[in-house]
Amino acid sequence: MKPSGRRVRSLFIIVGLSMLALAGCDDPKYMPVLSPQGPVARSEYYLILYSFIVMLLVVLGVFVIYFYVITKYRARPENKDYVPPEIEGNTKWETIWTVIPIIIVIALAIPTVAVTYKLVKPPKVEAATTAATGKSLTIDVIAEQWKWVFKYPAQNIETVNYVNIPAGVPVNFELTASGPINAFWVPALGGMEYAMPGMNLKLWLEADHPGTYQGRSGQYSGRGFAHMTFNVNAQTAADFAKWVQTTQQTAPKLTQQAQDQIQKPGLLSKPLTFSSTEPQ
Amino acid sequence: MNGFANWAVHFFMLDEGPLIWLSDFLIGCATIGIIVALTYFKLWKWLWDNWLTTVDHKKIGIMYLIAAVLMLFRGGTDGLLMRAQLSWPNLHFLNADHYDQIFTTHGTIMILFMAMPAIIGFFNVAVPLQIGCRDVAFPYLNAISFWLFFAAALLFNLSFVVGGSPDGGWTSYPPYVENVFDPGPGENYFLVALQITGIGTIATGVNFLITILRMRAPGMTMMRLPMFTWSVFITSIIIVFAFPVLTVALALLLIDRDFGSHFFTVTGGGMPMQYINLFWIWGHPEVYIVILPAFGIFSEVVSTFSHKRLFGYSAMVVSMIAIAILSFIVWVHHFFTMGAGPGVNSFFGVSTMAIAIPTGVKIFNWLFTMHKGRVEFTSAMLWAVGFIPNFLIGGLTGVMLAVPPADYQYHNSYFLIAHFHYVLIGGTVFGVFAAIYYWWPKMFGVLLDEKLGRWHFWMFMIGFNICFFPQFFLGFMGMQRRMYTYPAGYGWGIINLISTVGAVLMGVGFLIFVWNILWSARFGQRDTTGDPWDGRSLEWATTSPAPEYNFAIIPTVKGRDAWWLMKKTGESINGPKGVPFRPIHMPNNSGRPIIMSLFFFIAGGGFIFQWWVLAIIGLLGVLVTMAQRSFEYHDHHYIPVEEIEKTEAAAGRL
Repeated sequence: MKPSGRRVRSLFIIVGLSMLALAGCDDPKYMPVLSPQGPVARSEYYLILYSFIVMLLVVLGVFVIYFYVITKYRARPENKDYVPPEIEGNTKWETIWTVIPIIIVIALAIPTVAVTYKLVKPPKVEAATTAATGKSLTIDVIAEQWKWVFKYPAQNIETVNYVNIPAGVPVNFELTASGPINAFWVPALGGMEYAMPGMNLKLWLEADHPGTYQGRSGQYSGRGFAHMTFNVNAQTAADFAKWVQTTQQTAPKLTQQAQDQIQKPGLLSKPLTFSSTEPQ
Repeated sequence: MNGFANWAVHFFMLDEGPLIWLSDFLIGCATIGIIVALTYFKLWKWLWDNWLTTVDHKKIGIMYLIAAVLMLFRGGTDGLLMRAQLSWPNLHFLNADHYDQIFTTHGTIMILFMAMPAIIGFFNVAVPLQIGCRDVAFPYLNAISFWLFFAAALLFNLSFVVGGSPDGGWTSYPPYVENVFDPGPGENYFLVALQITGIGTIATGVNFLITILRMRAPGMTMMRLPMFTWSVFITSIIIVFAFPVLTVALALLLIDRDFGSHFFTVTGGGMPMQYINLFWIWGHPEVYIVILPAFGIFSEVVSTFSHKRLFGYSAMVVSMIAIAILSFIVWVHHFFTMGAGPGVNSFFGVSTMAIAIPTGVKIFNWLFTMHKGRVEFTSAMLWAVGFIPNFLIGGLTGVMLAVPPADYQYHNSYFLIAHFHYVLIGGTVFGVFAAIYYWWPKMFGVLLDEKLGRWHFWMFMIGFNICFFPQFFLGFMGMQRRMYTYPAGYGWGIINLISTVGAVLMGVGFLIFVWNILWSARFGQRDTTGDPWDGRSLEWATTSPAPEYNFAIIPTVKGRDAWWLMKKTGESINGPKGVPFRPIHMPNNSGRPIIMSLFFFIAGGGFIFQWWVLAIIGLLGVLVTMAQRSFEYHDHHYIPVEEIEKTEAAAGRL
């Protein structure tokens, strides 16, 4: 039996199978986290990539020592009489492998803290794509059991289970929940944030280009949680302005009956649109 | 009458379909089988005298271990059911409610009713022997700890067929688990069972803390302790500080549910966030409670099978202390997405990364213990050697998760699931398997079969990697934990299928392990020396299994690796020849711990179903049994010298 040989082989099998599974998965739709479509997701992606590379170096370093030690010092019939020396420790080496991890942690901590602070501020607006709606857009998000309600306070529009945003404009999602905690997550545009009752958490997201990105709940909230998906439709500034205008003119007002239907635990068969945010 | 029948059908969940009927049938068969077998072979008295009333740490350890293996089977079955459900898009093998209950029981059982009893089992099996004493500081309390765990585990498992299992996840976040959203007894089972086992665990922490501080053999200074005992010492301190927080969190939530208070509700000024903080102030140290003893086990195993002293003993101790301290200041990393602000998130992110430093020191010290050694790949050693790369992957993805902005993308995704299974299986479960192969001869006087052991290791280790490695990618693809199904078109199906195949291989590995136990019990090599591995610490100085009193004469320790030193200088464990034996003072067996736990069980049932009469009867019973103990004057006996001489002569030590 040769453990090292088998280990390497099993590693190859695993990696091979995973590669096979991922073949043809380079479409951004399959790997939203690794193909960011906005500035927020992009800065998170760079951190993921950076930390992965650093960790990969650590893995490679440790694996070299590991395989060297377990093959070279393996008990064999030839070395039956070998009596290992009694070694207490070695201050020089122990210092080295304490200092190296400290340096690695510092190297990781600096960009981490920088980006953590950066993400609470709106992403920088690119002048060329600034939409007519102004510098940014605020949308209130309420997690119901089990649907997502989006209120546009400035536009007096409410949508359920889909949200339209202008591309190239930072959008400030203000998250809350009427009951159980959910997490608002659009992986292609950026990481998640909790939607909690009695709280109002902010999440900045921005889409680079027009397109449809899927969002879902990231926090279990009961029976219908797996179905809490929604589409984020990023539109050009002109299209978005047109959509706002049409909706304000043609969509029905939010009625008490519709409001009750939304708040009752359950799923909806299709997305809804209203031209008011408070029941009339 | 009709009303009662309807109630009973619902209560025993007969309206829930074939899965429950099958479970009822199997539970019935097992129960009847056990009763018939015990009666037929006239074993009731033997069971009561030798096991159910025992206060012997070695037997309590074995009972913990049996329970842990049974719970590994239960939790593993839950895992396989989940993997079956997720193996392809749009499956409806389980509905949402059943899936939600199963992932909740899987997590809860694996952490609290599998990992905890497994490591506490080895506290019991090894620590008193390693420090050269005859039992733990409080043997009677030790029995109470075990029976409280047992009653809690029974209660928790009963939920599957009586009244319904909890479905709020093992983290059980309010407000979802409040009565408004999650009515019924299920969540109460979670709260009450954890509360009962938590009391037992706190007692265990106190017990081993005092044992290690006060019961060491002469000459066994703190810096001569075997590394496993050191890890138990530090773990006990973490238990004593962390578990009371869980007690508080569970009690407040139970008061919300049973008596309508508003600690964590949405209305009435409740604050769900507070529970989440309390839960993780316990929850993060908890993962170190289950990993530090595994580190201790690996230290023993690596040093024994490299036939070399543990490299960097002091650094190992210091790094464990550092990990223990850091474990209390990282809990917010479980909810970076709860909007605590960049300052808080940065602090907890960096403090989490800092844990990698002492952990890295430990990894290098194990590698350098093998360096220049003569490394024997026995089954126990395979688990220790397999642990290093697997745990490394788990640990380093943990560092990746500690980066808050990156965590916003990983949070609750399958990336996280893969990470914590790499640390908990690659660390704790591998550690427990290593310990089982390593200490099995000490517990039972029989060695587990090496060939079957290798099959067990390779099957389980390869299956584990096939199961969990692909899940890192599922996380990047946007798959979240706790989804009972998913539509086609995301590309998740094939990866989930691979993962399920891996889970099945792990199941096969487990079956090989069970077969190994059965085969070795019948045909396995007997351990006649008491020291089959050429061991280094004092547990290998006694017979396998150790006599009731462990050591006829308490040994005097002259250095680290006490037994290794004695072997080198040719000393006997009983000291110089001619030292006379003296009668040995031992605690009496007692049936009260198991009776007390029965009252806890009854009270638990009362709090779960809100039958207050039952709750009051149970609590009164607990108080009465506690009071009775205060009036027990004959709680010890002496083992006479003749009996000691007979035992020692049989062991060849006279």
